[in-house]
Amino acid sequence: MNGHPLISIVTVTPLVGAVILAFLKPAHRRLAQGLALAFCLLGLLHAVMLWVNFDAASGQLQFVERANWIPSIGVQYFVGLDGLGLLMVLLTAFVTPVAILASWKIDHNAPRYYSLMLFLQAGLFGTFTALNFFHWFIFWELSLVPAFFLIKFWGGPGRSAAATQFFIYTMVGSVAMLLAFLAIYQAVGTFDFIDLAKQGSNGTLATALNAKYEGWHWLTRRQASYVIFGAVFLGFAVKVPLIPFHTWLPTTYAEAPTGTTMMLTGLMSKMGVYGFLRVLLPMFPAQMRYVQTPLLWLAVATIVCSACAAFAQKDLKRVFAYSSINHLGYCLLGIFAAVKLTGTEGQWGVEKAAALNGVLLQMFSHGLTAPMLFCFTGFLEERSGGARGLNDFGGLRKVAPVFCGLMGISIFASLGLPGLNGFVGEFLIFKGAFPLATWAAALSVIGLLVTAIFLLTVIQRVFNGPLNEKWAAMPDLDWRERFIVLPATALMFIIGLCPQIVIGAINTTVTQMVDQLKF
Amino acid sequence: MLPWTIYISFIGVLALMLLPREQPRAARLIALVTAVLGLAAAVAGILHHPGGFQPLVRAHWIPGLGIDFFLGADGISLVLVLLTGIASVTGILFSWNVEHRAKEFFAFYLALIGGVYGVFLSFDVFLLFVFYELAIIPKYFLIAIWGSTRREYGAMKLALYSFVGSAMVLVGIVAAYVVSGQHSTSLFDLAKFPFPPGFQYWAFPLVFIGFAILAGLWPFHTWAPTGHVAAPTAASMLLAGVVMKLGAYGALRVAMTLFPLGLQAWRNELGLLAVIGIVYGATVALVQKDFKFVIGYSSVSHMGFVLLGLVTINTIGLSGAVLQMFSHGIIAGLLFAVVGRMVYDRTHTRDLTQLEGMGLGRALPFAAATFAIAGFASMGLPGFSGFPAELQVLIGAWYAFPTLAVLAGLGILVGVAYTLRALQKSFFGDAEVTTENLEAHPLPPITIPEKIGAVILIGTTLVIGLCPSLLLNLIVPSFDLPLFDGLLRGGPR
Repeated sequence: MNGHPLISIVTVTPLVGAVILAFLKPAHRRLAQGLALAFCLLGLLHAVMLWVNFDAASGQLQFVERANWIPSIGVQYFVGLDGLGLLMVLLTAFVTPVAILASWKIDHNAPRYYSLMLFLQAGLFGTFTALNFFHWFIFWELSLVPAFFLIKFWGGPGRSAAATQFFIYTMVGSVAMLLAFLAIYQAVGTFDFIDLAKQGSNGTLATALNAKYEGWHWLTRRQASYVIFGAVFLGFAVKVPLIPFHTWLPTTYAEAPTGTTMMLTGLMSKMGVYGFLRVLLPMFPAQMRYVQTPLLWLAVATIVCSACAAFAQKDLKRVFAYSSINHLGYCLLGIFAAVKLTGTEGQWGVEKAAALNGVLLQMFSHGLTAPMLFCFTGFLEERSGGARGLNDFGGLRKVAPVFCGLMGISIFASLGLPGLNGFVGEFLIFKGAFPLATWAAALSVIGLLVTAIFLLTVIQRVFNGPLNEKWAAMPDLDWRERFIVLPATALMFIIGLCPQIVIGAINTTVTQMVDQLKF
Repeated sequence: MLPWTIYISFIGVLALMLLPREQPRAARLIALVTAVLGLAAAVAGILHHPGGFQPLVRAHWIPGLGIDFFLGADGISLVLVLLTGIASVTGILFSWNVEHRAKEFFAFYLALIGGVYGVFLSFDVFLLFVFYELAIIPKYFLIAIWGSTRREYGAMKLALYSFVGSAMVLVGIVAAYVVSGQHSTSLFDLAKFPFPPGFQYWAFPLVFIGFAILAGLWPFHTWAPTGHVAAPTAASMLLAGVVMKLGAYGALRVAMTLFPLGLQAWRNELGLLAVIGIVYGATVALVQKDFKFVIGYSSVSHMGFVLLGLVTINTIGLSGAVLQMFSHGIIAGLLFAVVGRMVYDRTHTRDLTQLEGMGLGRALPFAAATFAIAGFASMGLPGFSGFPAELQVLIGAWYAFPTLAVLAGLGILVGVAYTLRALQKSFFGDAEVTTENLEAHPLPPITIPEKIGAVILIGTTLVIGLCPSLLLNLIVPSFDLPLFDGLLRGGPR
């Protein structure tokens, strides 16, 4: 790309913005808003440039930048993009400005708030582009700090506890992962994700790990690689989250300010799924295959239990928090189904490609839909003065038709209605998963069903029914709010109607992943 | 240039002594100029360092015993000299409000700094020991005269522990001198001599533990929290920042270099002690009520990483240990500066429960931001200097003893917990703080010297966190020197 380090520019842009904003006085709220938005749009512009210049047909990593960083331990500054990374960078670049617009009414120390949001964005960009563990881990952790403060200072009544719980939970996963990667470095002497993926798919990584740690305590020859795999798995499973590592999530999502929840659910949860695809799947295919059945059970449990839990909630934010766990469960179902050991016939390759394409698409469309649901809940909260119970409203359709119409679209997209974005991803996942892991896919259908029930309940209780007189004077969406939700809503239709836009960019990457999985 | 770091410091001491009484402004100005010149000499020395070992000064001192005034520098010395320079300058910036007997305060302070520079540059075992003792004495007075909570007790405990350690070291090096029969106390000559394994077996723990007491090795760490708490801000910054490094440095430079076979024999036990220190220090920090005790115990925990890195006996672990010495020096200095100077000097309490209700996050936003950054750096979050350091120590430990590495990882987690707890209680308590309330009890704003000091320290930890190679390029080649043949490569013995 003409020698422009586009990826570095994308990552550094929000960092610069964050530093500038950090030095603004709290009184400069307007200026802070403008600057934050400007830096976000600049980031979006560069992300779109990446997309335009991305050669979807080539299976190579693109926009690669590589430089020695700490040679003594094999650490490099190494960034590059394939279809998966590109998709996530685009999603991040798109969701952040929307989240900042949705936080327009923050007035307590606004410059600091926007500064932290931009820090968070930089962390996400870095995570999705870095290809050396050390480099990647910096950004993985960097995103944690702003999220902690955003929850702690701008959150709801239980914010302190929520922020601490969130931080400690994620750190447990991170430290486990860090130790695992040190063990890996010890055995094979590299932190490079691409190298490690190669060694993982041809089995040398597992051999090296087993040889290195055989006889360490109780470990027999083949167990070492499973222990290491387990530690890395924990790091990602907490982040996604996978049941039973999910308990931090509902509280965190409910307590965080709306804009932050949008970032958390839309983007940070994707870091976990991204880790599964970028790290676990290529590096530990044999190990994942060995524990495939328990993993599938976990995925099914995640899908079904979180749907049921969402059904039982009375707080809209918690409903959508559990629904978010549910939707990411489908991603994990697709990934776990795809590791199945199959024959060499081409048919299986097609199914796996379908499942993984579905996973990527689902990541993207959940990244659009879930933040919008929280955004609408935020609008509702602003109008009701904090009330967001499922039973606090009723008949809003009569007083706020535009709000109900647009939120309805998001709810239906989340529910997986054909023609909207959610459908394509889930359809592809199920298409791939049914032949690969029939029982798990079949059980997961229960989750789909319960999701439909609880989302329709939301529509029923909030939009329809007799008008709750308390809200008779509730204003409808104003122009700013309509403007915020319009682009995302449009994208929901566009992806729902021609998913080819996204699939075109990721298909080559997915094909390569399937190849690496070996039949 | 490097020997001038020592000379300048002692010239500063003399200048301060000549100063008439009761001129605190002049005293602190002289101290600052001296420290800045020392830092400048250190930086100039590092920039002109030719690589490898650089002999600086060698003159006969006590020819009858073969003792030389022998100064030199390799990469490890350079890194620690740089740390001393930075810590001394910022320490003075954070003591800008010392009015009580300021002249003597800064004189002791500079004497301490001079001694520390001397230890890091000595390549004669006896000379190193002299500087080492020289550093301990001003330490005692700094705490006993200008300290706070139970200062006599803290100072006495520190002095007693140090002297017991010194006595052990002295016995060890005298024995080594006699056994080698070489009529030289140069580190190089002694390191070449193949001490018999039976001798090393008891001499090594004597010297290593003697030094490591000052590095806060568990279970000999108990002087550290009380000493830190009692010390005035600048002294606790130096105590945690550089004095604890003296112990670790001595253990590496003398005990490990001279007696590699002894290290082989004891490394598992010492590794275990180091890890206990990491986990124990962190756990105890988790339940402290006094803000400064939290930081004091966190120092014990972080120094555990240094000791763990040392006993891994591989280049990665050792360079990690040296990097961790530097990193902890900077971060601990920052933490103590916030607790002692920014908070305690204003609120006159360090009780976390009381601080929780004061809304310091709003009253002192700069202090809150500084502590937040220092806290995250102290957790070992990537991007700050603690991360590459602890990462290397852990890699080294994975080579040597994987189980201990996992336990040390546990220590990191507890570290996250106590730092968050301290952050929560001290600055971001949940108590409602109204603007009237803040106006009723105004706290003096953070002064310019404090801001400069904090910015220097934060900048250093960030720069090293992002480009650890700046220091690693000095540290790593040092371990290729012939001095470390015995330790790392089986050597001539």
